[in-house]
Formats: sequence, C-alpha cells, structure tokens
Amino acid sequence: MSTTSPALARQDWATKLLKRQYFIYYMFILVLAGFAIFLNDTGFLSLSNFMNIIRQTAPITIMAVGLSFALAVGHIDLSIGSVVALSAIVGAILLQYVGMPLAVAGALLTGMLVGLINGLLIERLRVSSLLITLGTMGVITGITRQVSNLESIPVIDPMFRALFGNGEFLGVPGLLWWTLIFALIGYVVLNKLVFGRHLLAVGGSPESARAMGIRIENVRIKALIVCSLCAAIAGLLYAGRLAGARYTLGEADLLTVIAAVAIGGASLFGGRVSIIGAVIGSWLMGMINNGLILSGFSTDEQMITRGLILITAVAIGAREARNG
Amino acid sequence: MVRNALSQTILEVKGITKRFGGVEALRGVSFKVNKGEVVGLLGDNGAGKSTLVRCISGIHPPDEGEILIADKPVKLNSPMDARDAGIETVFQDLAIVPEFDVVQNLYLNREIRSSNPLLRWLGWLDTKAMTKRSQKSLNRLNSRIPSLNEKIVNLSGGQRQAVAIARAVSWGAEVVIMDEPTAALGVEQSAQVNELIKLISSQGVAVVLISHNMQHVMDTCDRAVVLYQGRCSADVAIADVDKNDLVSLITGASGLQFAESA
Repeated sequence: MSTTSPALARQDWATKLLKRQYFIYYMFILVLAGFAIFLNDTGFLSLSNFMNIIRQTAPITIMAVGLSFALAVGHIDLSIGSVVALSAIVGAILLQYVGMPLAVAGALLTGMLVGLINGLLIERLRVSSLLITLGTMGVITGITRQVSNLESIPVIDPMFRALFGNGEFLGVPGLLWWTLIFALIGYVVLNKLVFGRHLLAVGGSPESARAMGIRIENVRIKALIVCSLCAAIAGLLYAGRLAGARYTLGEADLLTVIAAVAIGGASLFGGRVSIIGAVIGSWLMGMINNGLILSGFSTDEQMITRGLILITAVAIGAREARNG
Repeated sequence: MVRNALSQTILEVKGITKRFGGVEALRGVSFKVNKGEVVGLLGDNGAGKSTLVRCISGIHPPDEGEILIADKPVKLNSPMDARDAGIETVFQDLAIVPEFDVVQNLYLNREIRSSNPLLRWLGWLDTKAMTKRSQKSLNRLNSRIPSLNEKIVNLSGGQRQAVAIARAVSWGAEVVIMDEPTAALGVEQSAQVNELIKLISSQGVAVVLISHNMQHVMDTCDRAVVLYQGRCSADVAIADVDKNDLVSLITGASGLQFAESA
C-alpha cells in the first residue's frame, strides 16, 4: 500500500496543482505579470493604482459575494445588475425627502424585496432561477427607467457620499472597508455557520437536505434575498462614489460578476462556491479592465475579454466535472 | 422467537390503510417489531413495501390505523416527527450530501453549535465537538471509514452505507428502517453491511430491512413480514422457513398458513 510509485505521486501532485480552485491564483499572477511588463511606464504597477482598482471594483466584489450565496443553493440570479440601478435610484430619491438612515434602509429593503419575489416565484412556480430572474431583470429595469424618467438623480448628502463613496476610515478607503467586511461576512457565513452549511447542503443535494429535515425552499429563498441585498448595497456604493444615481448603473455588471465568480472556482450548477475565489476573481476582472484602459483599449475590448474569461472558466469547470 | 431477553415491542403498526386516489396501496397492515430484532419486510414490487415505509417514516401519513412506539401511539406527519419518535430511515439514495465529508453528513441539520452564547446565536459550528462525537459513534460500529474528513464522493458504496447507518444510529434511533441497503453493493461490501446490521441490533436497535435478496434475509433477519397486495400475508420466524418458503410467500403461491403460526 505504501509503495506509491514516484510517477503516480508526481501525477497526483500535478492534478492537485491544476485544480480549478487554484486556477484563479495562476490567472491573477499571469495577468498581473503581463500588464506589469507591458505597462511598466504607465503607473500600472503602483500602490495607488491597485487601491484604485479595488475601490472601483468594490460593487462588483460585493455582488460576487452575494451571487456566491445564490450559486451555493444551485440558483443563478440574473437580476442583480437591475437591482443595482433600482436600489441606487430608490436611495437617491428617498434622500431628497428623508434622512440618510431611512433612505439606506429603503434602498436595502427594496433589494431584499426583489430577492424575496425572485425566491417565491421560483419555489411556487417551480421554474428555473435562470428564467425567473431573467424576467424580473426586465421588469425591474423597466420600473427603474420609468421611476427615474431616464434622468440622473444627484446625491448631495455629504454623509452618504462619505459612507458609500470616497470617505476614509482609519486612513483606509471606505470602499476597501466595504469589500473586506463583505468578504469576511461571506466567508464566515458559508464556512463557519449553520446557515452556510445548509446552503451548501441544499445546493449539493436538495433531496438529501430535505430528507434530513432542512426546509430547502426557505433556505433557497433566503439565499436569493442575500444575493439581492448585496446588489442593493452595490447600488448604494455606486451612488455614493458617483454622487448620483442613474438607470444605467450596473447595466454591464452582470457578465462581470458571473465571470468573476466562475473564474474564482464556484460551480455554476450549485453546491460549491469560494468566497475568496470570488473576491480575487472580481479583482482580476477589475485589473483587466484597468490594464486594458491603460493600454488604450475601449469598453468594447473589455466586454470581449469578460466574455472570453467567462467561457474559459466554464470550460475548465466542465472539464473538471467530467474528469471527476 | 430467538431473542427472548429483548422481547419487548418497540414498534407496532396497527391496521394501517393508505389510499392514493382510488387505489388502496395498504389495506390494514399490522405487525410488531421487538427491541433489537431484525425484521425483513418482504413483498413483490407493488405489494406496498415502499408505501408502508413511507408511512412509518412520516413521509405519507396513513389514512387509517396507528403507529405505536414503545406502546405509545405517535403521530407521524413529517420525517422530523418520525425522527423525534426514534424512527430513522436509511433510504436507497442514503440522503447524504456527496460533496460533504463524513462529519458534515453525520451532523447535517443537527449541527453542534459553539458554547459561546453570542456565537451560538449566530449559529457558529463547533467542528471539534462534532468530529469528536462522530469518531465515537463510528467506533461503536467498528467502522472501516478511513478518515472523518473524507468527502463522501471518495468513499466506497459500503462505506457510504455505513455513514448513513451510523447517522441513523447516532441520532438515537430505536428503530432503523433500511430500504435495500445492499442492492447496489458487491459481495464483500454487502457482507460488511449485514455485519453492521447485526451489530446495531445487538446494541438493542430494532431494524426493519427491506430486501429482495433472500440469502441476506436468511442471514441477517430474525423474522420476516410479507406483504401481498397491500395486506400482511405472513409473519414468520426465519428459523421456521427456508428461502423457497419466503419466495412462495412473496409471490402469493402459498397463502396465509404461516401467518397463524407466528
């Protein structure tokens, strides 16, 4: 038994290193090295640029953490981009009438309500989350356009802009705090708490989870509420940083977030997610955007890259699923 | 009866009737299971075995009749009710999460939480305590499971079966119902599962075993209850019959002559 041949051992070692969960780190280092070489005279490789990337990516990171919850139970949520705009618009409008705490609460509750509706529709109608959230995405986008009259709504409240935008706390940018807090909460919930354990059980084997007495419908609905809540917070972060809300916010984020989570090692079919992977994945997407801009490419190339990354991630995941 | 010392009824099923639309799947089934006894539940496809198991495990509450645990009537309206009453069912799909490890499966939905009140309120998992107790309950079953942190996907069919049985027993079950536990297993692993069944019965747990394998029934059971067209057609001590008798009871070739003798 103990006479494992060196060749076999080497193969084990190689398969381990090629595992999808590590892929994100290789990819990150590769892209970082590539840009560092090609863009060495543009200030790409500076601390301030990286801070910039992390700050700009904060909404994406938080959405990626949220989407990980939906993926954990085996759902996908296509409505997150539309929730970003809705929450930003609701928050901005409320700020004109009430104080910041109520406006924030209103925006977040709106987001949670969307998650609840998504969840109830999926469970009651027994339709795939892909189709339901595709539908709610359309509905929400329409509502947001109507409510905002296709106009930007300015956010003047200095407290709001400091908290969700460019404020600092203990010398660290607020957006970095938001990122770290959500990454930490996501990690703890999924890895250390009963709730996270149940999420993964429901995603991994719904029938087994049900047989063990877990109320799988409730768990799945809660996961979608968390997902939408994260998207709503992302909306507030945009509104804070840009000092205003517009119906186009979050429009292009869906693809970025799905690509970030997929490249981070989550299974798009449920039961396996990685919060650290999702965070690094979102930073990778941010870094690629940043690098492409510094290289003089347009948003068109950024979109193409995002699409290609998603396809790559899904291809690797599918290969690993086949090979077990 | 073989086990006189333990002849104390733990599970009693009285006149269970279950209808699905116009079809009577069960028509007044009654039988008893004693503590530490292994009872084979036999019958052809469609005889009502699965329905009966679903009634006893709380999935389909019966239309008529009652279920008694230790002489007390219990209402089983959900699998959780059955679990609380001390009845555990090991279904064919085992109800385990393949991506989870052994400990995570053993404690699925009855996780031990941290002793710190705040963390407890948050639902913080006490992995150490769960691992320790898992080790204990697996030791009790002379388990051959290599590591508690091994994911279920990496275990053999027999080891998976052992995890499911260990979970049932460690939840403090007094009655464990097993649906075809060896159907998907090879010879050696089947033998291991049969050993495990004998072991838990020797520890006082009653086992209701559904099987199509007459050799396994002869090897592991003390008694056999035979269902035929939704009725209990025979209730016999295994010592009094051979394989051929069981087969003819199942197919309905021989009638109720054994039922009286039990």
